This record gives sequence, structure tokens and C-alpha cells, in this order.
Amino acid sequence: MTGKPEMSNSQISITGLRKSFNSHVVLKDISLRIEPGEVVALIGPSGSGKSTLLRCLNLLTVPDAGQISVGDFTLAFQGKSTTLPNERKLARFRAQTGMVFQHFNLFTHMTALQNVMEGPITVLKTPRAQAETQARALLQKVGLLDRADYAPDKLSGGQKQRVAIARALAMQPSVMLFDEATSALDPELVGEVLSVIKALAKEGMTMILVTHEIAFAREVADKVIFMRDGVVVEMGPPSQVIDNPVNDATRAFVGRFQASVNQ
Amino acid sequence: MENINRSTDAQGLGKLTKVVIGVCLLAGAIALLRQLGSGASTGYVWDFQALWKYRSLLLSGLAYTLGFTVICITLGLFVGLVTGLGRLSSNPLVVAPLRAYIELFRCTPVLVQLVWFYYALPVLTGIEMSAVTAATLCLALYGGAFYSEIIRGGIISVDVGQIEAAKAIGMRPHQVMRRVVLPQAFKKMVPPLMNQSIMQLKNTSLLSVLAVPDLLYQGQVIAHEIYRPLETYTLIAVAYFAVLLPVTIWAKRLEFGDYDREA
Repeated sequence: MTGKPEMSNSQISITGLRKSFNSHVVLKDISLRIEPGEVVALIGPSGSGKSTLLRCLNLLTVPDAGQISVGDFTLAFQGKSTTLPNERKLARFRAQTGMVFQHFNLFTHMTALQNVMEGPITVLKTPRAQAETQARALLQKVGLLDRADYAPDKLSGGQKQRVAIARALAMQPSVMLFDEATSALDPELVGEVLSVIKALAKEGMTMILVTHEIAFAREVADKVIFMRDGVVVEMGPPSQVIDNPVNDATRAFVGRFQASVNQ
Repeated sequence: MENINRSTDAQGLGKLTKVVIGVCLLAGAIALLRQLGSGASTGYVWDFQALWKYRSLLLSGLAYTLGFTVICITLGLFVGLVTGLGRLSSNPLVVAPLRAYIELFRCTPVLVQLVWFYYALPVLTGIEMSAVTAATLCLALYGGAFYSEIIRGGIISVDVGQIEAAKAIGMRPHQVMRRVVLPQAFKKMVPPLMNQSIMQLKNTSLLSVLAVPDLLYQGQVIAHEIYRPLETYTLIAVAYFAVLLPVTIWAKRLEFGDYDREA
């Protein structure tokens, strides 16, 4: 299968990561380690830094300090003096992380199929015919082969997000990053996207999900990380962080969710 | 899609018919006014036949005008693209001179620029220029200043999410620009670029000031020769109109096409 994750070198480690926007400190000394095949859910209130952390992993946001390793790449940051890798290396670094955005960000001037083919053709220089075969297989995987020739504005939100997932998978990333992938969807469309993510988890894809879907996090995640004010407050299996949180702040945050389940 | 095209086709034809009818009505109204004004108020007898023997002169003038327009639009678009992209730079040493160039050309009358390029620039630089060279340079830079703003505006109007998505699949900056930003920006740029190009054509009439033998210049020559300025300038106006009307209708259709797609 085309989307088969690479098991060998896909360990991710983050050490001493810091980020501030002007005087506002968003990430304070974050250190994490994610094993190959692990599914990690990042939860926490708005403004806790979870999206920023995710965006740092593919350098859409450049950290101020710390170190990030994804697969073969290790990048260290030291404030303004950091020299970012040259654009070629930066692009290669990004290509091994598949990013799925809250607002889909499908290329509006391309069909669903072209969206999925774009990365392989432009970045990986895959021959067109091969890229198309692969793209069709991925669209089939997310259940949208019949929508291959649709423009994004003719697709529902859930369909767009599934195409966006296929587009990210087409680069055969070693980790998939989901930035609130279901937050912009109508409630009835959330399920179709979550089931695609669940299927990826079953295949052993390494994934990091920033999510507000606590029930889903509990179901699919191997590890849940609760963040608040730019720090990791609590980290552990869902049975701990969601069902029996140790920390008061975590308890307060998941408490609302627990209350709604117990009703 | 097919349907939309056909309906805009019908719209386009309808427009042309409407304009022609409008022009006929206007001519009729003028004729009526002449009758009411007892015809003899001026005693002027119109004689368009006198212009017939100058047809080759007029045609060569028209050819000059069209040729100049094509050259000035092409050069202007090139200048506009380069300066428009340059202004997106974060380096103030690049941006400041481009900004100065654009404002200088946007905020002075093109007639003044033409005269200045032909008479003052050679004195300033010691480089002799033919009227044609001076006029080409001037109109290309003048048009370029406006094109530049249109192109820059089109580019910065592209949703930042599109750019992030392109970076996330590992595209390098020039690939992001070429594959994602420019194709989307271009769609938005087309109507204003068309408008500016129509202005470019009309601006070539100013070339006559430098004795470049364009349509208007030839008209002036003929008018002096046969003392029939009313007929000559009427014909000149009709010639410009006949060239530009189809272009404006085409431009309008491009705009309406966009509305259709968005609706």
C-alpha cells in the first residue's frame, strides 16, 4: 500500500522547545519523545500552545530554542542566531511530515486528484502516470475515488478534509500531523474524517493529533498530552490522562467531558 | 461548466448587440438634433469621402498603434511582474526603490513623462534616444507601475493557508509561487490587467506628441492637409472604438465568468 508508514527511522524527539510571539510566551521548554507507530493526542484549552507545538514540528512556525528530530533530520534552534537549513533541506524536512489543517487548505485551482498528485509530481519528481495511480489509490483509501475530478469547492467539508489527508499521505510521510482536523466541520461530517484517521492508526502510522474530540482521543491515542499555558501538564495513556488525571488542571479540563459522558 | 460557458457567450453577444444599438440610437439622436436645429445652424457639410484616399496612411497609423500597444503591454507586464514580485521582498533595500519607481510613475501624467523621457533624459544621461525608443521606454515603465500594483495585489490576496499547505508538502519557495500562488492570483488579476491594457492602447495616442506616426499622428497630418479635422477625428475615434469595444466585452466576460463561478 502506498500509504504504508516507514517504521524504521520515524522516531520523533523534541528537546527544550521554546517559542514566543513578541512578549507572549507560547511554548515553555517542551520535551517529548514519540515512538514509531505511536498515536499521540494533544489536548488542552485554546491558547495552550498545542497547535504551535505541532506547527513547530514541520517548521511552519520556527521555534526560538530547542531541538527537533524527525526521522533522519535533527534541527537545533538558538534564537535569532539560528541559521535555518537551506530551502532544499527545509523542504525535505517538511516533506516527511504530513500536515492536515483545520481549514483543509486544498489547492482551490486543482481537482481533488490533482491536489493529491501535486506533492509527488512537484516535490518528489514522481512520473505523472505513477503519481496518478498512487493518488487514485489514496483517494480510494479515503473513500473518495468517485470525487477525483471534483474541484474543492464542490466537496463537503468532510470530503475536503479526506482529500487533504490523502494529499499529505501521498508524500509518504513518516509522521502525520493533524491540526484540529475536525474543528471546522459540521458535527455530522466529523465521523467520516475520524474514521479515516482511525484506519491510519490501525495501519501503524505515527500520528500527532491536536484535537478537541476527547472521546476520539481516548479511543485512538496511545498517549495523551495535556497542555496548558505552553507547558506539558500531564502526559500518559488515555486511561490515565483522560479517565484518572493526576493534575488538577487536567481534571478540570477533562472533567467537563467526563460530565457530558456520564449524563 | 459547459452550461456556464454557453450562458456567458450569450451574455457577451447580447452586450455587443446592445452597444451597437446604443451607438445607432446616439447617431439617430444627433441627426434629430440637427433637424430640430434647422440643419443650417453651422452650414457645415460633412464629407467623409475625402478621407478615402488616405486609407493606407490611416492603416499604417493603426498598425503602428497596435504594434506599439503589443510591445508596451508585453514590456509593461514584464516590468510589472518583476517589480510586483520584488515588492513582496522583506528587504527594504529592494522594496524602497521599487516603491519610489511605482509612485513616481503613478503620480505624474504620462504626457509629462513622455516629453521628459524624450527631451530631458538625454540631457541628463547623455544618451540620445529616438522618439520611438523614448516612447516605448516611457509607456512600458508607466504601464509597468500599474501592472506591478495589480500583480502584487493579486499575489497578496491568495489565502495564506494555501501557501502553508504548499510548504507543508515540501515545496520550495519558487515552487510555491509557480504552482500555487501565481495560478490563483492570476485569475484575480485578469480583469484589472485587461483594463490597464486597454488604457495602454489609448495611451499610445500620446505618441503623436513625439511625432511617432501612430493612428492619431496620421490623423493630424491628414486633418492639416485636407482641412477636414471633424471628419478625420471622428474616424480616428471610431477606429479606436472599433478596436477596443470587442476587447472590453471580452474583459467583461472574464469578470462575469468569475462571478458565475463564485455564485
